[in-house]
Amino acid sequence: MTGESGFQAQTRRQLLTKIGILAGSAGLYQAMTSMGHAMGTDFKGPPKLSGAKPGTRVVVLGAGLAGLLAAYELRQAGYAVRLLEFQNRAGGRNISLRGGDTVTELGGATQTVGFSPGNYINPGPWRIPYHHQGLLYYCRKFGVALEPFIQLNHNAWLHSSQAYGGRRLRYREFAADFSGYTAELLTKAINQHRLDDIVTPEERAHVLSSVATWANLDDDGVWRAGARSSQHRGYDKARGAGMDGAPTFSTPAPRAEVMASGLAQWLAFPEQLDMQTTMFQPVGGMDNIGKGFARQVRDLITLGCMVTAIHQDEHGVKILYDDVAHGGAARVEEADYCVCTIPLPVLSQLDVQVSDRMKAAIAAVPYASSVKLGMEFKRRFWEEDDQIYGGISFTDQPIGQIAYPSHGTFSPGPAVLLGGYMFGPAAMDFTTMSPAQRIEEGLRQGQALHPDYRQEFRNGVAVAWSRMPWTLGCCSMWSEQARKTHYKTLVAMENRLVLAGEHASYVGCWQEGAILSSLAAVEQVHKRAQGAG
Amino acid sequence: MRGVSLSFLLLAGMSLSGAPARADTAGGVPSTMTRLDNGDLVYHHICAACHMADGKGARGAGAKYPALAGDPKLAIAAYPTMMVLNGHGGMPWFAGILTDRQIADVVTYIRSHLGNRWMDPVTPEQVREMRQPITLEE
Ligand SMILES: Cc1cc2nc3c(=O)[nH]c(=O)nc-3n(C[C@H](O)[C@H](O)[C@H](O)COP(=O)(O)OP(=O)(O)OC[C@H]3O[C@@H](n4cnc5c(N)ncnc54)[C@H](O)[C@@H]3O)c2cc1C
Repeated sequence: MTGESGFQAQTRRQLLTKIGILAGSAGLYQAMTSMGHAMGTDFKGPPKLSGAKPGTRVVVLGAGLAGLLAAYELRQAGYAVRLLEFQNRAGGRNISLRGGDTVTELGGATQTVGFSPGNYINPGPWRIPYHHQGLLYYCRKFGVALEPFIQLNHNAWLHSSQAYGGRRLRYREFAADFSGYTAELLTKAINQHRLDDIVTPEERAHVLSSVATWANLDDDGVWRAGARSSQHRGYDKARGAGMDGAPTFSTPAPRAEVMASGLAQWLAFPEQLDMQTTMFQPVGGMDNIGKGFARQVRDLITLGCMVTAIHQDEHGVKILYDDVAHGGAARVEEADYCVCTIPLPVLSQLDVQVSDRMKAAIAAVPYASSVKLGMEFKRRFWEEDDQIYGGISFTDQPIGQIAYPSHGTFSPGPAVLLGGYMFGPAAMDFTTMSPAQRIEEGLRQGQALHPDYRQEFRNGVAVAWSRMPWTLGCCSMWSEQARKTHYKTLVAMENRLVLAGEHASYVGCWQEGAILSSLAAVEQVHKRAQGAG
Repeated sequence: MRGVSLSFLLLAGMSLSGAPARADTAGGVPSTMTRLDNGDLVYHHICAACHMADGKGARGAGAKYPALAGDPKLAIAAYPTMMVLNGHGGMPWFAGILTDRQIADVVTYIRSHLGNRWMDPVTPEQVREMRQPITLEE
């Protein structure tokens, strides 16, 4: 086909292949975005910074993903970078726990993880939406292998102490009954002409056929025991072969019970953009991202630096820190500019030379509380006994959920699941318990979903983020009021200091927020450094 | 103190939300919580997460959870009441999470326990008068 211009029109695919060859996969990605094929967060590709004045020094505070990426991109641009980190490891909240690791929390409790070799829990970040293209871009660039994270599992359990007599049921049973009855109600209302003033005659036919197909109703528009409903909710006796091969259909729960159960709240969860398939996790543990980032800037990082003050004037910045490895000896690091990624609950208490407006912004965003329970069991009983391969079971008890590993499916021997994941007051409540009590509560509540839980249990670790000395919480909690009053102040460079970190973004509580905030900060530093000559 | 067993307390379906909806929230919905109907319970199930059971706080990376035990700033009841309602710095706001009664109870508790001796109680009415609009961003 020849277009108006006289040139042979390329098919979209040919064009994309060409761009892909010329620009590499990042170029392909950008081209696809502009052609409306891909959609992500506001990631516009890596920054293109050039012409840094040689010898210009930037100090980056905090070696989480935001700090590591800032150090990487600034060095790429030609700056002399140093990265100071409090802990004796890089990665920040990007962390995984394996057998032999220890966790010491505020209050003094120390846990030693007892998992068998190869097993791990991601006590912080654990899943990555497909549209977090900034993070995914750098994972590809730094060679971090990813695999699918199973978010939605139709065969996982739903449980509410207030519904179905406290009995667990399969996600598919509830989801099918809920859509079945919803479609049936709508069908009835339309057929009985109750919606005539709302839907036109033409639209009526479309609605009827769409909802009937969607919910798999019988031809008369009813949700009842039979082949159609069992195709969605499952059979009482599964389809087989031989003389007794015929299936037995299952019976939907009564409509009133389905509607009153409150379980529909969990159907909404995997429909949110941030939780939709496909999600990813790094192969071997979330901390492989932090390690992949840290490999790029290893020589720039100094561990064991507890920053206590950030001073600045027209000549430069002065970072005061305690050298943890040397009895807390006071030290000073000087630079021309500073990118600070220290979590706000900590930063709000440090001696930082900024305007009162900026101080107010830093103090306006507390971090939420969250607790995760990593529990190891003798075998994958959820797979072997319940046919649950990855995904999440939900309960209205404080533990909230049990999430099964997406990896290692069918492997023999001990395996680790997420035995509870709490936010808000339930998390605070669990935080007030000793680690052993938290695990004990996890076991007790988990029995509503897995009656044999206790006898399969081996050991567990309970991470309470409010007790982590270097974050004092899980992640940023923005109020509408604080966003309006303080956001723009918080993210704007002030004199020689600019903040980054998930809190300095609209993608808070996600690693993508750390990435995007870091790129925004780096660009401001570069602009400022250029302007200053 | 945490005297009552949790299983006994797990009655109320208080609708408590603590996590930003857009974030990596646990289940996207708040789970049921213990019914906290006196200051002692509110303190030991919520506040003690950071300020510790003895109210002595803790030290982190150049920052701390302040001690409430023997804190002279608690002399004026309005100060802790505002802190619990609106938060500041690392302290989250509890408006929308705790009721006027729970906030009054817990402020009264921390001012008269944990080594403090300010015995004048705070009332739910006083808390209500100090409430300001604060809503978790969706
Ligand atoms: C329970 C939980 C679940 C989560 N789930 C997900 C998820 O599924 N997917 C996802 O993408 N994200 C998730 N997140 C969010 C994600 O972990 C964060 O958004 C991201 O890791 C933050 O990176 P950062 O660089 O901004 O901060 P951090 O990683 O916290 O880095 C800050 C660094 O500063 C250091 N520091 C602190 N104080 C000082 C000091 N005084 N001096 C020097 N250094 C200091 C810290 O030690 C730390 O290394 C989750 C977080 C939690 C806690």
